[in-house]
Amino acid sequence: MQQIISLLLENKTGALMRVTGLLTARGYNIDSLTVARTLDPELSRMTIAVDVEPHQRRQLIKHMNKLINVLQATDLTDAPSVTREMLLMRVRSAQETRTAILKEAEIFGVRVVDSTLEGFALEATGDIEKLDEFIDIMRSYGEIEVTRGGAVAVSLESKKLRLSPPVPRGAEETRLEEKNGVI
Amino acid sequence: MSQLMSGSKILLECLAREGVDTIFGYPGGVTIPFYDAMLDSPIQHVLVRHEQNAAFAAQGYVRSTGKVGVCCATSGPGATNLVTGLVDAMMDSIPIVAITGQVPTKLIGSDAFQEADTFGITRSATKHNYLVKNINELPAVIHEAFYIANSGRPGPVLVDITKDVFQGNAHYVPVTSIHLPGYKVYTEGHTGQIRRAAQMMLEAERPMVYAGGGVVLSNSSDELRELVELVDAPCVTTVMGLGALAADHPNFISMPGMHGSYAANMAMYGTDLIIALGVRFDDRVTGRLNSFAPHARVIHVDIDPAEIGKNRNADLPIVGDLKRVMPKLSAVLAELKPGIGERTGLKAWWKQVRAWMDEHPLRKPVTSPDEIKPQHLMAEIDRLTNGEAIVTSDVGQHQMWSAQLIRFNKPRLWINSGGLGSMGFGLPAALGAQYANPDKLVIAICGDGGFQMSLPELATLQNYGLNVKVIIMNNGYLGMVRQWQELFYANRLSQVTLDSFPDVEKLAGAYGFKGRTIEHPRDLRDALKEAFDTPGPYLLNVRVTPTENVFPMVPAGGAINEMVLAPPQPAMAR
Repeated sequence: MQQIISLLLENKTGALMRVTGLLTARGYNIDSLTVARTLDPELSRMTIAVDVEPHQRRQLIKHMNKLINVLQATDLTDAPSVTREMLLMRVRSAQETRTAILKEAEIFGVRVVDSTLEGFALEATGDIEKLDEFIDIMRSYGEIEVTRGGAVAVSLESKKLRLSPPVPRGAEETRLEEKNGVI
Repeated sequence: MSQLMSGSKILLECLAREGVDTIFGYPGGVTIPFYDAMLDSPIQHVLVRHEQNAAFAAQGYVRSTGKVGVCCATSGPGATNLVTGLVDAMMDSIPIVAITGQVPTKLIGSDAFQEADTFGITRSATKHNYLVKNINELPAVIHEAFYIANSGRPGPVLVDITKDVFQGNAHYVPVTSIHLPGYKVYTEGHTGQIRRAAQMMLEAERPMVYAGGGVVLSNSSDELRELVELVDAPCVTTVMGLGALAADHPNFISMPGMHGSYAANMAMYGTDLIIALGVRFDDRVTGRLNSFAPHARVIHVDIDPAEIGKNRNADLPIVGDLKRVMPKLSAVLAELKPGIGERTGLKAWWKQVRAWMDEHPLRKPVTSPDEIKPQHLMAEIDRLTNGEAIVTSDVGQHQMWSAQLIRFNKPRLWINSGGLGSMGFGLPAALGAQYANPDKLVIAICGDGGFQMSLPELATLQNYGLNVKVIIMNNGYLGMVRQWQELFYANRLSQVTLDSFPDVEKLAGAYGFKGRTIEHPRDLRDALKEAFDTPGPYLLNVRVTPTENVFPMVPAGGAINEMVLAPPQPAMAR
């Protein structure tokens, strides 16, 4: 089963690599990963969908929380949360199936973003299973090309964000103190 | 009050503010500006002969003093050579800060001469790493690096600095505070959990203290001793924790695990409460996990929340700094103890543990009239040093015999590569430890394999007049691999014979100090005395029984109560 992990992290060079490195080091292949800036431009929100053995999951979240650049890593798999994904699809359709395709799109709440003589470009959002289903149906109408955006998730309970305060460091006094200290 | 300074000078100023007095390193193209500025700095630089040994020497400095160590290498090969030393520090939680040079910012990504993606390569080799391309970021990064390295669970931090940052100028404004909002360090421990833990300790009938490197790292040996005495439990220490409780302490049972003592392993198997302090239930300790300490509940205290429940579920976890948590535990223990009364179960437990110790003592003499037994060598070193010398080791049979047979009565005396198991560690680590402790006797016990991996550092010893006694336990084999081939691969020896070992008298002589080879037991005591009493470095090559094996031994994947106690009968070796 897929694990959905939500991370709040500093928007810094290498931060993404540190998070994904924990997964690749354990030999896990990431199903999807989305990342973008938050309201605070210094922070990013990342959602990862990955198939991790259940007994490894807590350990993995702990390791993500240990990363210096990660402010909070949360396992949303079994937590109250909403997960959605967006996809863009190009579908080639013959003249006689156009109406049927539009009908299906309507049922799934899918928007048409482009229409040509060859077919349509569609924009769909929904939970992952719903998009899988929509893809299956559209396949029956002919050749399709799909770009999935990857899962994005939001927790439905407010979890308190615990941040560390600034630490005094590098002052001349600490320098003297340390010199007189050990040895 | 800012002043215009070069990046190199800013770096040196920040290092000085962090209390750095020594850098172990090796210069190269892009670090020339830094080395130029160093000429005007009070910070000492020790020129090793290979960057890997700069990292190992810095570790020897840290492990023997508790201060953060600094090593330095140039871009490309300099940085990649550091990697083993960094991973080694990561595995054993050793706080070092590595400074590496990087090619100029505008050349990054162009396959420039001596360019390597040091930031990428060392990402998983460090607790955290930085690439500094902007001189204005340098002061905060350096202070962050030292803070991260030496707080929480310590570890190595690497700072990769481009040549233009070293060379550039900026108005230096001293940093007085750093902010790492996502870096959380839990030190205090949960009060309620501490109370419950103390209660469990006093109610247990067969308690065991299992203490490790965390006690050494947090400088809390005194706190450990107090706790052990209050609980009055037998105490084992891991290979990383030797010296955390004095070897001569009556509650000390020795080391558990693959080459641990019979008593330590039987006690770990029989206990009903493991009090785990700064340990990680390493596979070399637990053997087959599902039959490890099957009757025990576990109290696990560690500063790293990710260690709790990693290998063995903790019935009572406490996340915190041992230095802060153990005194709190002791205070509750002292308060509750009078109400507990006579603990008859505990008495019987001690009787049982003592019986195991007597049944198969670890330190029984092993000698031969015409060969030096490796155990004899270690026993003699133990006798002469009396638990007071700094001893470093490489990895393999000699490491296990040293850990079994040499007593350590204080922490930070036994220095070895526990987690990563890096051969070649012993000599450079001794170099760093001796530099930091000029008045102490420092012994590097090496195998003939590991010694040859770090052999160029003999020049460094002579160069700085470092009083390191290098003792080679020479069995002519990669002994531990040979032992496994003998026991588990029908004695089919493959690539473990180390012929053409050099004449050490000539070798040491070529560097300008004394070397000697002995092979008869009657020479052992005098040769060791001569080595210890001769000022400066000394190379002693001790030819020992080539095919001696380390026992007790828990075969890999075996349960720790199923130790092999003695050499198997010839049938096993086909």
